[in-house]
Amino acid sequence: MSEKNNPIITMKISRAVQENPSVKTIYFNCQLKAKPGQFVMLWVPGVGEKPMSISYCDGESFGVSVAAVGGFSAAVMRLKAGDLAGFRGPFGTSFSFRKEKTLALVSGGCGCAPLAFLADEALKAKKKVLFMQGARTKGLLFFTERMKNAGAEVLISTDDGSAGSKGFVTDLLGPALQDGKVGKIFACGPEIMMKKVVDISDEFKIPCEISLERYMKCGIGVCGQCVVDPLGIRMCTEGPVIKKETAKKITEFGKYRRDASGRRVPI
Amino acid sequence: MLQTELAGVKLSNPTILASGIMGVSGASLSLIAKNGAGAVTSKSISLEPRMGHPNPVIVTYGQGMMNAVGLSNAGVKDSIPELEYAVKNAGVPVIASIVEFKADNFGILAKEISKASPALIELNISCPNVSHEFGKPFSHDPAAAEWATRSAKRNTKIPVFVKLSPNTPDLVEVARAVKSAGADGITAINTIGPGMQIDIHARKPVLSNKCGGISGPAIKPIAVRCIYELYRETKLPIIGTGGVATGADAVELIMAGASAVAIGSGIYYRGLDIFSKVCREMQEFMEKEGFSSIREMRGVAHE
Repeated sequence: MSEKNNPIITMKISRAVQENPSVKTIYFNCQLKAKPGQFVMLWVPGVGEKPMSISYCDGESFGVSVAAVGGFSAAVMRLKAGDLAGFRGPFGTSFSFRKEKTLALVSGGCGCAPLAFLADEALKAKKKVLFMQGARTKGLLFFTERMKNAGAEVLISTDDGSAGSKGFVTDLLGPALQDGKVGKIFACGPEIMMKKVVDISDEFKIPCEISLERYMKCGIGVCGQCVVDPLGIRMCTEGPVIKKETAKKITEFGKYRRDASGRRVPI
Repeated sequence: MLQTELAGVKLSNPTILASGIMGVSGASLSLIAKNGAGAVTSKSISLEPRMGHPNPVIVTYGQGMMNAVGLSNAGVKDSIPELEYAVKNAGVPVIASIVEFKADNFGILAKEISKASPALIELNISCPNVSHEFGKPFSHDPAAAEWATRSAKRNTKIPVFVKLSPNTPDLVEVARAVKSAGADGITAINTIGPGMQIDIHARKPVLSNKCGGISGPAIKPIAVRCIYELYRETKLPIIGTGGVATGADAVELIMAGASAVAIGSGIYYRGLDIFSKVCREMQEFMEKEGFSSIREMRGVAHE
């Protein structure tokens, strides 16, 4: 029992790729047994540690994609191949598919990170993948080429119309479901977007899973910082991937979250 | 068979959620109660909100874990509705853990937190992770511990337990001091150390606070010794805590003198339902060994 241990593994970054001006993917040559939707706690020594969805994992190496939002991610932006970083994990629940032939993956902003890993796995399992990407503007899109090359059908929307259709990514979903071929929907992105995806999946009566992020500290299910109301479940352990049935029971979904102190802050 | 009592508060079983673990919201405290805990303790609440230390705040190692969360909490104003939710929904006694850094403030805080009607108030005077901010904990100084306890006791009618630190040679003296100040019971022990883990590749301490309190299976023998001494020297009700992961561990703390047993890190090793697992294992042991109550088993190691 007490042998359970999730130590930080520190190693040199094997590759660092600037995906766009604000997103960087860093890769480690490490055989991580991760499933799509799971995350690692990424440690930049002397800077900090944050949960990051795994955006790539092929059994030989894995990567996480980090968007520039604050001090920690600014430090990640400066990392290059050969620099040291650490990680704990993988942690959390994962996306699941079984017999469905066609899957719709709906992402907003950086939400395409875990969904790209999911798409790779689904394509390996001979599924048809509709990869829907939404972003504010063309320059913020990433993984589009990677998904096309992997064999996914990529549909794009941008708020300003600079790439794909103008509007929200959720506008692409309804029409894609009309022919009745999509067997399951997966979503990761802003909560307001995921809420809309859940509503659409209800309308079409299609199973759906989303990835819900909350402020995480320990990552291993003890500190309780990432619990959600009114279920009290931990998004690091019972999440981040949850079924839509669970999402609908989470009254704070799309409304508020807790900060580092535990106070509720509106979304 | 598993019923126990702490200063007049009845528990259906002796397992308690320890403070600092899964105690951020009323909903999570209620979820722990559903998983079999006989009582639940909130994360330590201070007058003002605290963000705590930056990540990393927890590291695990072979025999336990180290944490320096830094007493993050929403502050008393935002914590009262969470406690009220737990009092209403958990269905088990709720223990409000409070922390302050001036002894007099324990009185102000005890008064405020009593508005949520917790069954017990636990004074955290022994966190090892905030010495940069506040100097050595009150639990290292009998006079300071006594003052904090008296301040709390004067401002509430709810029974007060005081959580003590093993990291002082004066443990028993501190316990006597809080008893003389009117403490209704003792919680022992807080985390050990603090300890430190250095990542040898990064050549740096892993925790942002550099040091962190050690918990988990490694510290159980220290908890047992402390509880044994506290039972012998004070006869106060004791919530025993430190490295409990199994029913056998819980029995050991009770035989040393605990009336109830708090579990924290054990959640990492056995999941949220560790409370019902430990209860089942305790019951099996008691049936086999012919114990019919917790009271009968308490302190038997002293006989």
